[in-house]
Amino acid sequence: MAESKELKVKEKQELAVKAEQTTPGPTFTPDVDIFETEKAITLLADVPGVKAKSLNIDLRDNTLTIIGDVDPCENADEEDILIEYETGRFYRQFTLSEVIDQNRIEAKLQDGVLRLTLPKVEKATPRKIAIQTA
Amino acid sequence: MIYRRLPGFPGWFARSPFAELERMRRQMDRLFEDWMTPRPVSGVFPLINLTETQENYYLRAELPGMTASDLDIQATANSVSISGERKIPAENHNARYHRREREAGKFSRVVGLPGEINPDKVEARLENGILTVVVPKAEASKPRQITVK
Repeated sequence: MAESKELKVKEKQELAVKAEQTTPGPTFTPDVDIFETEKAITLLADVPGVKAKSLNIDLRDNTLTIIGDVDPCENADEEDILIEYETGRFYRQFTLSEVIDQNRIEAKLQDGVLRLTLPKVEKATPRKIAIQTA
Repeated sequence: MIYRRLPGFPGWFARSPFAELERMRRQMDRLFEDWMTPRPVSGVFPLINLTETQENYYLRAELPGMTASDLDIQATANSVSISGERKIPAENHNARYHRREREAGKFSRVVGLPGEINPDKVEARLENGILTVVVPKAEASKPRQITVK
């Protein structure tokens, strides 16, 4: 890899079109990496502050929904001096085109990054087709 | 020539009938700007929230995917510097990317604190991708209750 670049500030992306919400506070879209190999689709999402118990991953009808709730980490007696970012719920939805083997989905949450491995159903993995010559 | 610009002074108002309107317009503009423009952002990664109690300053930043060994935190008498490198490990080289929004790179930021601190007792924690630096205030800058005799 080449010389690593400077990290630029990226403001947290607030969800633009909001559905009617039942919880107060802002909702953000987490940054994600999605990549695909022959066997699986892997999704990495930055969800700082989300604990495993407040993370909700749902897959139905090819729609993958990730919802992560963040508890405010400030104590009640703290007074704000400088607030550059807000915390709130993370929400993002994806439509998956491949057929996913729902029983083998793996989710791992470490250091505020969710790693979701979605294995493809056997029949969806490409197979090399041998060409017979007469 | 110097005019005494007292808002309640009748002569001043008579001299320029639009001045008052102009002043009101400017105030409205400022009000709107406050609403429209987002919070002050220094433009340096990472974004920081700074809070205080009587004893400590609390400095927080969202650094998902980072471990303690990637971070370097230093403190002086009135500032804390946070630097490090966010690494995103390379995945299988056969992988085809659909989305690539997470970024890796180096960063460095110095945060000046409003008062004197005790640099020897600064503590930092990294939990679930959130860095919390607890910065104790120096004895001299803590608020003191003064009893009236």
